[in-house]
Amino acid sequence: MTAITTDKHLSGEHHEHPDLRVWGLLTFLVSESLMFGGFFATYLFFKGTTSVWPPEGTDVELLIPTINTIILVSSSFVIHLGDAAIKRNRVGWMRFWYFITAIMGAVFLVGQIYEYMNLGYGLTSNVFANCFYLMTGFHGLHVFVGLLLILGVLWRSLKRNHYSAIKHTGIEMAEIYWHFVDIIWIILFTLVYLMNAF
Amino acid sequence: MTSSEFFPEIPTNPPDQSQQKTLLVSHTSHQEPWKFKDYFTFNTDHKVIGIQYLVTAFLFYLIGGLMAVAIRTELATPDADFIDPNLYNAFMTNHGTIMIFLWIVPSAIGGFGNYLVPLMVGARDMAFPKLNAIAFWLNPPAGLLLLASFFFGGSQSGWTAYPPLSLITAPIAQSLWILAIVLVGTSSILGSINFVITILMMKVPSMKWDQVPLFCWAILATSILALLSTPVLAAGLVLLLFDINFGTSFFKPDAGGNVIIYQHLFWFYSHPAVYLMILPIFGIMSEVIPTHARKPIFGYKAIAYSSVAICVVGLFVWVHHMFTSGTPGWMRMFFTISTLIVAVPTGVKIFGWVATLWGGKIRFTSAMLFAIGLLSMFVMGGLSGVTMGTAPFDVHVHDTYYVVAHFHYVLFGGSVFGIYSGIYHWFPKITGKIMNETWGKIHFVLTFIGTNLTFLPMHELGLQGMPRRVAMYDPQFISLNQICTVGAFILAISVIPFAYNAINSWFNGESAGDNPWKSLTLEWTTSSPPIIENWEVLPVVTHGPYDYGHQQDEV
Repeated sequence: MTAITTDKHLSGEHHEHPDLRVWGLLTFLVSESLMFGGFFATYLFFKGTTSVWPPEGTDVELLIPTINTIILVSSSFVIHLGDAAIKRNRVGWMRFWYFITAIMGAVFLVGQIYEYMNLGYGLTSNVFANCFYLMTGFHGLHVFVGLLLILGVLWRSLKRNHYSAIKHTGIEMAEIYWHFVDIIWIILFTLVYLMNAF
Repeated sequence: MTSSEFFPEIPTNPPDQSQQKTLLVSHTSHQEPWKFKDYFTFNTDHKVIGIQYLVTAFLFYLIGGLMAVAIRTELATPDADFIDPNLYNAFMTNHGTIMIFLWIVPSAIGGFGNYLVPLMVGARDMAFPKLNAIAFWLNPPAGLLLLASFFFGGSQSGWTAYPPLSLITAPIAQSLWILAIVLVGTSSILGSINFVITILMMKVPSMKWDQVPLFCWAILATSILALLSTPVLAAGLVLLLFDINFGTSFFKPDAGGNVIIYQHLFWFYSHPAVYLMILPIFGIMSEVIPTHARKPIFGYKAIAYSSVAICVVGLFVWVHHMFTSGTPGWMRMFFTISTLIVAVPTGVKIFGWVATLWGGKIRFTSAMLFAIGLLSMFVMGGLSGVTMGTAPFDVHVHDTYYVVAHFHYVLFGGSVFGIYSGIYHWFPKITGKIMNETWGKIHFVLTFIGTNLTFLPMHELGLQGMPRRVAMYDPQFISLNQICTVGAFILAISVIPFAYNAINSWFNGESAGDNPWKSLTLEWTTSSPPIIENWEVLPVVTHGPYDYGHQQDEV
C-alpha cells in the first residue's frame, strides 16, 4: 500500500535528477576492461602453452614502446593539471593542458604506427603476431577515441561559459577515460613487451 | 487514456543551474500522449522503449518459432526429406540465436526491465534516456543481419559457433552472424549500465533497500552479470572474425592456434547468459505470485540476496559445458562442485515461491497459471541441469537430445512462460486494458500441453543416445520424435489465441483501471497507461512491496 502525497515539495525538482554520467562511464569502463581481460587471457594461454614465446623471428622491439610508455604515463599527469585548472575556473589553462595531452596522445599513435612499420612481421605471421597486433591495435583504437574526446572538450570550450568550476562533467569524463587507456597500456606493456624482453 | 490534468506542472522558470550545489540534468519534457508513429522513432521515454523491445522481440519469436516448426517437421521422419540439410543447419543455428539474443534477452531485460524499473523505483525515466534508445535501436539491425545471412547460406555452426566448424562453413554468413551478436551484445551492455545506475541511484528517497521490488533486485543482478560477461564474448567473437576474414590463426590448430580458448571465452559469457535469461523471469515470478496469491512473499531477503548469489557463483561454472573438451580432471571436479552450488540459490527462490503460495488466497488468473506452470517445469529443467552438472553423467549425455530437453525446459518452460506471465500481469498497466481471461486460459492449456509433449520425450531420446543438431537420425527413434513434432505443432498453434487476445484486448478490451490486481508495488500507483513522466507527483513509499493482508486494502 503506497500513499500518494499531494505535498508539492516532495516531488523534488521536476524533470531533473543529479548528473550521473560519471558513474555511467565508470560502469562502462569496468565492462570494457573485461574485454581487454578476454584478450589478455587468450594471450597468456598461448604464452603458457607455447614452448618458444615469442616464436623465432617475431621478437618485440623495446626502444620506441618505452618512449611511448613514458609519454602516455606522463600525459595522465598533464591531463589532470587541466582538470585541476577547470576546478579553479581557469578555462584557458584547462585548454592548454588538454591541448598538450592531445599532442602527447597523437605522438603515441604515430610512434605505434612507426613501430608497426619497422617490425618486419605482420598480423598473420604467427599466433604471437596475431595477439600482438590485435591487442596493441585494439588499445590504439582506444587511444584514438580518447583523443577524439579531448578534441571534443577543446572544441566545446571555445563556446563562452560552456565549462566552469562547477559544470565540467565532460572534462572529467575525458580525463577518466584517458586514465583508463593509460592503465590498460601499462598492463599491455608489461605482458607483451617486458615479459618477453627479459 | 490520460487526460491533461494528469500531466506534471512544467516549471516556467527553471532554477539557474550554476547556482546549485549539485549539478542537475534536465529532461526534455513532452506533454502530449505518444501517438502510434512515435513508437517507430528514436524515442527516449523508457515506456516507449520497453514496448518497442517487447513488440520487436515478439516478432523475432515468431520468426524463430517458424524455424523450429521447420526443424520439427524435418525430424518427423528419419531421412532428410523436407528441407535441404544445409538449410536445416542454418535454421537450427538461427533458431537458437534468435530465440536467445532477439527474443528472451530483449523482451525480459529490455522490455520488462525498461518499462518497469523506473516505475517500480519511483523514477521519472532511466538515468540515461538517450543511451537507452541507442541500445534498443541496435537490435533491429542485428536481426536484419541474421536474416540477410540466409542469402549467403546462413550460418550453420550452431549458436555456439565453435571453430573449426564456424571457420569453414559459409564464411560470409558466419561473419554477419558475428556482427549481429556484437550489436546485441553492445545493446545489452549499454542497457545494463542504465539499469545499474537507475536502480542504485535513482530510487525515490522514501524507498528503503528492503522495499525495493524483487524484480529490481533481479534486474540489478542481471545487469551486473551482463556487464561482466558480455565483453568477454565480444573478445572471443572478434578473434573469430579475424580468423575468418583477416588470416589470423587464433583458433586454427594447424597454425599454432587453439580451439579450446574459444570455448572458454564463449562459455564465460554464455553460461551467465542463461542467468541473463532466467533472473529477470525470477523477478517477474516474485511480483506475480504474491500479488495473485494475496500473501507477502516468503523470504524477501533470501530471494533478493539469492539473485546476487546466482550472479556471483554463475560467473564460475562455465566449464561444465566443456567436460568433454579434454578438460583436465581437477577442472571437472572444481566446476562440478561450483555447478552444484549454483543450484542452491535457485532452490531458495523456488521454496520461497512455493511457501508464498502455501495457504494463499490464490486467484487463478492467466498470469498466475503461467507462473505456476513455470514453477513445475522449471523444477524439472533445474533437476536435469543438476544431473548434467556432474561430470560423469554429462560425459554420457553430452550433445544428445537430453541436453535439448533440459534447456528447453528452463528456457521455454521457464523464460517463455515467465514472459507470458509478465505480459498478462502488466498488460493492464501498459495498455490500460485487461486481457481476456478465457482466451488466456486456452493459451495456457495449449502451451502447457505443447511444451511437455515436445520436450519431455527428448529426455528419453537423449538417454538412448540420439545426437542433437543433425537433420537425420536412426529409424529406431521415430515414434518419440513424432510425438515431439505433434507437440511442436500444438506450440505453434498456441501462439494464435495469444496474439489474437493481445491485439483484440488492446483495441476492444475492458478498461483496467489503475490497479486491477490490487497490487502494492509503485507502478500501480499511477494511471494506466502511465502518463509521460510517470507521476504528477512522485509517490511516497510507506509500506513494503508485498505487505498483503496487513492493511485494510485486502480484497
